[in-house]
Amino acid sequence: MSLHESLEQPFRPNFSRTIRLSWLNLTWLKRYRALLIPGLILGLIVFAGLFAPLVAPYDPNAIDIGNALSAPSWEHWLGTDQLGRDYFTRVLYGGQTTLFLAGFSTLVVIAIGLAVGLISGYVGGAVDTVISTCLTVLLALPNLLLTLAILGILGPSNQTLLIALIGAGWVGHARVFRASVLSLREQVYIEAAKALGFSPWRIMFRQLLPNLLPTVVVLATLDIGAFLLLISSLSFLGLGSQPPAADWGVMLSDARPYFTQVPMLVFAPGVLITLVVLTCNLLGDAIRDLVDLKR
Amino acid sequence: MGAYILKQLALAVPTLLLLTFVAFSLTTAARGDPAEIALRQGGNDPTPEQIAAYREELGLNDPIIVRYGRWMLGLTQGDLGRSFLSQREVSKVLGERIVPTLRLGLTAFVVASVFGIGLGVLFGLSANSWFDIVGRWLSLLFAAIPSFWLALLLIVIVAERWRLLPVAGYGNGDPRYMILPVIALACGPAAALMRVTRGAVIEVWRQDYVRTARSHGLREVAIALRHALPNALLPIVTLLGLRFGQILAGAIIIESIFAWPGMGTELNTAISGRDLPVIGAYVLIAGVSFIVVNLITDISYGLLDPRIRLGAGQGGRA
Repeated sequence: MSLHESLEQPFRPNFSRTIRLSWLNLTWLKRYRALLIPGLILGLIVFAGLFAPLVAPYDPNAIDIGNALSAPSWEHWLGTDQLGRDYFTRVLYGGQTTLFLAGFSTLVVIAIGLAVGLISGYVGGAVDTVISTCLTVLLALPNLLLTLAILGILGPSNQTLLIALIGAGWVGHARVFRASVLSLREQVYIEAAKALGFSPWRIMFRQLLPNLLPTVVVLATLDIGAFLLLISSLSFLGLGSQPPAADWGVMLSDARPYFTQVPMLVFAPGVLITLVVLTCNLLGDAIRDLVDLKR
Repeated sequence: MGAYILKQLALAVPTLLLLTFVAFSLTTAARGDPAEIALRQGGNDPTPEQIAAYREELGLNDPIIVRYGRWMLGLTQGDLGRSFLSQREVSKVLGERIVPTLRLGLTAFVVASVFGIGLGVLFGLSANSWFDIVGRWLSLLFAAIPSFWLALLLIVIVAERWRLLPVAGYGNGDPRYMILPVIALACGPAAALMRVTRGAVIEVWRQDYVRTARSHGLREVAIALRHALPNALLPIVTLLGLRFGQILAGAIIIESIFAWPGMGTELNTAISGRDLPVIGAYVLIAGVSFIVVNLITDISYGLLDPRIRLGAGQGGRA
């Protein structure tokens, strides 16, 4: 293997390097124990939301007034809502919307944060001074305030909510990635790559980017949970998805008047939001522990 | 020390300027022509000439820098413009709502700090006991529960079913009306503080000076109170500033649910009705208070820890 190739070896996460996967003695399972249960729960919820049309037993908008507000039964696992629509189906479709919004904004926010962080941290000089000053100033405002300001200009809807979340969310990440790049660029292999005459783009994409991956994974998992909380709160207030599109936040505000009659209408989406946020936080912490070399 | 404070103040200036510009842009980002909208009030049908004249009178034809300057000048006299929806002065609309928001926010802040730091210290000192494990799971759970859902559950169960406390409203300052909103608002920040405090206490408990104190025969209580806790709580002080932001943001949601007559409720009405002057003013007021709180925490951190003030450490969020 030439020096060239060894420098461009794809990223080997620290967890695989340090443990050396030995499938036979199952030590790997012990190592990843912390990921197992939250990963399974989150996977199940995401799967159910993703394939809602296949999993759901009914049409989410099939109205059956005669059967409105019924308690959970074999036909309707979570009962029916005020229009007699099957609530289990509604919850699945609501999850699809909510999880899509949270996942999409996470992806875009991470991508923008990475791009800005890489350029600012690696190019340095005047570019870095300008970018990091802007970041400092933007970070001085609470995230939600920026989100609401953007939402206020554009008016409430699903799309504007996404724009607002992304517009406000990338700033913190750019700063984290910039700091990581600043410490990575002092590493010997980056110096070697420079000495070999690699272009800055090549260094950014093939040396720096793979090494940022652990940070990316941790931030992304924590982000999904945080965005989910924000999206459902804003939707609950009527600042996100507009009816009849139903994400979990909208479903909760719709279900409010019927709480005493059918508590399940309020329990189901709330428990699911809590569960997704909880599993995301657990996963984020567990991954951070795994990649943290100091331990 | 003076130089350190001056540096922190200087760092806040560009932020404040940007904040005023964001707020100003919000007030001018309206759809449609403000002059036309104002003249059309009451069913009038103004001619294009009238609108043009009124635009000139309002100074809407001036370059944006001039308008920004004029807006800043108005700001120094407490003039925040007029609400699109109610046509009242924004400073009056928001002014009468500051006190309820402060009452709610500060109470929640104190409750979150006392419970978060207090329980965090207890968990940290009894690390890995059953008490600590239960507490850790509780703090994970409370960090994940959406505050608006918790508010909903509290209203329905405690207020509507058990009839222990009022459902919603301000009740002319009756403290009983504040209990449920404070609980809903304080839960998330308390959970976060608990986690950080526990970690800091465990970290400090491993330090050499704790072992030294113990080898000198000090009692555990004395070690905890005199040596460990002061060091552990230092970084937590800075985090209180962030919690303040969290509570400020959470209040927007919680106030609306409890029909609390605060700035958050007003902001929600404003966003739904795209009442940009009110939104801009809210962003300005909330932003300024957040910046001031951060400034205070940064400065107090510098006062408490000489390493920060002398630039040796890498702490401080700038």
